[in-house]
Amino acid sequence: MKTLLKVDGIHTHIGQYHILQGISFEAREGEVSVLLGRNGAGKTTTLKTIMGLTPASKGAVQFDGQEITKKATYTIANAGIGYVPEDQGIFGDLTVEENMKVAMRKEDEAAFARQDYVLGLFPDLKKFWKKDGGHLSGGQKQMLSMARAFVNDSKLLLIDEPSKGLAPIVVEKVMEAITEMKKSTTIVLVEQNFIMASRIGDRYTLIDDGETVHAGDMADLIRNEEIKRKYLGIG
Amino acid sequence: MELLINLTVNGLATGMLIFLLASGLTLIFGLMSVLNFAHGGLFAWGAFSGVWFYTISGSFIIGILGAILTGIILGFITEKLIITPVYGNHVQQILITLGFMLVLAEMLKVVWGPNQIAAKVPSYLAGSWEFGDVLIIKYRLFIIIVGFVVFGIFQYMLQKTKIGLIVRAGVMDKDMVQSLGINIKRVFLYVFMAGAALAALSGVLFAPYSGVIYAEMGFEFAILAFIVVVIGGMGSFPGSLFAAILVGLAGSYMAYYVPALSLAVNMLLMAIVLIFRPQGLFTAKG
Repeated sequence: MKTLLKVDGIHTHIGQYHILQGISFEAREGEVSVLLGRNGAGKTTTLKTIMGLTPASKGAVQFDGQEITKKATYTIANAGIGYVPEDQGIFGDLTVEENMKVAMRKEDEAAFARQDYVLGLFPDLKKFWKKDGGHLSGGQKQMLSMARAFVNDSKLLLIDEPSKGLAPIVVEKVMEAITEMKKSTTIVLVEQNFIMASRIGDRYTLIDDGETVHAGDMADLIRNEEIKRKYLGIG
Repeated sequence: MELLINLTVNGLATGMLIFLLASGLTLIFGLMSVLNFAHGGLFAWGAFSGVWFYTISGSFIIGILGAILTGIILGFITEKLIITPVYGNHVQQILITLGFMLVLAEMLKVVWGPNQIAAKVPSYLAGSWEFGDVLIIKYRLFIIIVGFVVFGIFQYMLQKTKIGLIVRAGVMDKDMVQSLGINIKRVFLYVFMAGAALAALSGVLFAPYSGVIYAEMGFEFAILAFIVVVIGGMGSFPGSLFAAILVGLAGSYMAYYVPALSLAVNMLLMAIVLIFRPQGLFTAKG
């Protein structure tokens, strides 16, 4: 299977802090790669570094065969990477429709077809189409953030903690949507909820103190009680 | 009653001039988080270049268009040379833009000399209409109309066009806008140029209103514009209009009824807003 994203030994500094100290992993086309680790391990910073929001001071990121390490964030997004941040990044003063409009790079037939498809996954968004993003519930904001990332023909989606702070019934909906999206795009997912992560993930990368400590097939991790206990505090 | 109407028209005209200056500032502030103290210099350049174009062409409309063009060009140069190197550093922004403000003022003296220059109201806008005891000065009414028209155009652009949505989104979350594939730096440049054009428009309209223009005029008006941005809320276009009218009217009424307080009233308004609603009366929600 083709490697779509290759993160090779990246280091990232934020101010005086050395947050990432050697993160390496690959995301293969058509798979869901899950980044796992405790709070503060560096998962979110890894996604931000891939997007160029907190640029790497060392190491390399390759996407679809191209070096994107030093590229501007908008160039990285235009190369085909959609990003769903941890805080969802909803434009609160804009309606759901306007949030989608800002996200849509080309307003062509294909984009509107993708929009219809994603509104089928999240019917709530259609219901609140004219409502300000700031007035949506946490779950609806999450859905809008994912819909915005999906509306362009992105080859890769980076999704950061989609279940965070959501009610179990909403988490279920979000996970169903990710499973559906997986059919047409590659996904790198940061997820604290191991049960959810193990359900939809194909491969995993374990991050601890800013470093990659383990990586492999999700099926192997599910069986490996020692690693789960040591790095995730479960099992 | 007649007095009240006259004071209101005066206050609205002053408010509209402040609004034109402050609206550019609030977008630059809100979207780019840039403290641009050189904004008053762009206002003064708008006044001088506009009066120059008006004088050589004999057309006030050409004067206005010339001032706007000057604002756009100066906005481009300011953003590229002065602002770009200091993005994200407020202390450096204050220092360099204050310095550039002085440079702009001195450059005016180099080009047009150190003396004040007289600016006349065009003949078709001179004089006034009398309605009983109420006297409406034509040029002031013209400024009020231009202010509302500019507000309408910009409000339409911000609300109904994609570039407007992007600007509003950028005020709320720059990183997210970039993550959606939009070159926010280019948007910054356009907004800065538009803000500079509005400052220049304010300057050229101010010239016949005050009758004379001078190199340091930008310093005085820029302070009012900053007060308006703080009261209205950073990044809020309607907030700027509301606050500018409030400041204009308060100044006009106070100058007549309590002259001793006419200069302090704006600071007082700002202090009240900062105590009870530090984010300003109108704000962009994140």
